[in-house]
Amino acid sequence: MRITRFLKIILMLDFIRGLLIAIREVFKPKKTINYPFEKGKISPRYRGEHALRRYPNGEERCIACKLCEAVCPAQAITIESSQRKDGSRKTTRYDIDMMKCIYCGLCEESCPVDAIVQGPNFEFSTETREELYYTKEKLLDNGDRWENILAANIKTDNPYR
Amino acid sequence: MEYINIIFQEFYKILFLLVPVLVSVAMIVWLDRRVWAFVQKRQGPNVVGPFGLLQSLADALKYIFKEIIIPASSNKIIFILAPIITMTLALIAWAVIPFSEKMVLANINVGILYIFAVSSLGVYGIIMGGWASNSKYPFLGSIRSAAQMVSYEVSIGIIIINVLLCVGSLNLNDIVLAQQKIWFIIPLFPMFVIFFISALAETNRPPFDLPEAEAELVAGYQTEYSGMMYAMFWLGEYANILLMCALGSILFLGGWLSPIDLYPFNLIPEAIWLILKILLLFILFALVKAIVPRYRYDQLMRLGWKIFLPLSLIYVVLTASYLFYFNLLPNI
Repeated sequence: MRITRFLKIILMLDFIRGLLIAIREVFKPKKTINYPFEKGKISPRYRGEHALRRYPNGEERCIACKLCEAVCPAQAITIESSQRKDGSRKTTRYDIDMMKCIYCGLCEESCPVDAIVQGPNFEFSTETREELYYTKEKLLDNGDRWENILAANIKTDNPYR
Repeated sequence: MEYINIIFQEFYKILFLLVPVLVSVAMIVWLDRRVWAFVQKRQGPNVVGPFGLLQSLADALKYIFKEIIIPASSNKIIFILAPIITMTLALIAWAVIPFSEKMVLANINVGILYIFAVSSLGVYGIIMGGWASNSKYPFLGSIRSAAQMVSYEVSIGIIIINVLLCVGSLNLNDIVLAQQKIWFIIPLFPMFVIFFISALAETNRPPFDLPEAEAELVAGYQTEYSGMMYAMFWLGEYANILLMCALGSILFLGGWLSPIDLYPFNLIPEAIWLILKILLLFILFALVKAIVPRYRYDQLMRLGWKIFLPLSLIYVVLTASYLFYFNLLPNI
C-alpha cells in the first residue's frame, strides 16, 4: 500500500491524469455563450420589461380597472382614468416606475384583458433615473414593438394559466 | 564617427530583439487566458481583434491611461524603482538566448551563468516593491516570494549543473550544439520534470503562486500598485515565464535544433523551432495553471528543500559517475 502510494507520487500519476483530463476538456463544446452577439433561450413566462398591448384594430386593451395598481406590491404603478366621448372608460395616465418595480409579474396575472404584460426584453438599462419612469406612451410603444412575441408567448403559456 | 555607427548598430540589434519579445509577451498573456478558459469550457477573451489577439494591447492601453497612485507612507523612490527593475531584469536576460547559431545578441561564454544571475536578481524587484509599499499584505507577499524564489533557484542551479556536466561549456550555443545526437530531455528526463516544476515556482505560477494568494494576501507585492506600474510588474512576470520556457527548451529540448535532421524539417528556419518549443512549454505552463490547486506554504518549502534538492543532487552524482565510467566526459 505504501509502495503504491510512493510510486504514484514519484511518477506523478494523478498530475498526468489531471493534465489529460484538461487536454480533453479543451476540445469539448463551450458552456458559455458570446453574450452580446448570441443570447440564451428565454422562457415564454419570462418577466422582463413591461408593455401595454392593443387590440388588432388599434384600440388600447386597458380598461382602467386599476387591478394592477391595487395588486402591485411595490406600488410602482400609477393610473388615472376618465370616460371617453364614446362612453368607454380609458386611462389618461398609466405610469410604471421601473426602479420601484420588483418584476414579480402580479400585474400581468391580475389583468383581465391581457393589457399589461411583461415581455422578453431585459436590456433596457438607461443612463438616468428619469428615463426609467415609464409613461403610458412608452409602454404602448413597447407593446407595439414586441406585439408579435408577446402574443406568441401568451398563446404558448395559455394552457398552464 | 566609428563610435556612433557601432552604437546605432547595437541599438538596432537590441530593438530587433526587444520589440518581438514584448509583442510575444502580450500574445502569451492572451494565450494563457485563452488556454485557461478553454480548459474550463469558457470562451476566454475573444472580442478585441481576431480571436481576441489584441486583448493584451487593449489592457495595456487601459493601464497607461489609469492613474498611478503612490501611497503616502511609501518610500517613493524605491516604490517607483521596483517595477522598473523587475521588467528590466526580465528583459535583459534575453540578450544571451540564441535563436540560431548566428542570431544571438551577445554570444558570451558564460551565457547560462548570466541568465542565472539575472533571474536571481529578479527577486529584488519583488522585495523592493513589497517593502516600499509600507503595507502589510505586500510585505508578507514579498517575503514569501523571496523565500520561494531563493529555495527553488538552488534546485534549478543543480539541474543546470547536470546539463553542464554533459556539455562541458557554459555557452548557450554550445549547449544546444551538444544536443545534436540526442536531446537532453531523454537521458535527463527526471531533471526536466524537476526543472519544469521549479520554473513554475520561480515565476510564481500556480500551484506556487503563494506570493499573490488572493484569499490571504490580496495580490501580494502588487497590492499597492496601479496603472502602468502594475502593468510593468505584469509584463516582467510574463517575460520571466517566457524566459524560463526558453531556458527549458535550450537546456532540454535542443534549443533551435530541428527534431529530425531530415529534408522537410531542415528548410524551416531554426528560430521557428525555438519559438515552437517555447510555445509548447508555455502551453504546458498554462494547462498546469488550470488543473492544480495552490500549495500550502510549508508543503512548498518541503518540496523544494527535502525532495527536489536531494533528488537533483543524487542525479548529479549519477550523471557524473555514468559519464566518468563510460569515459564520456566532454573535453574542456
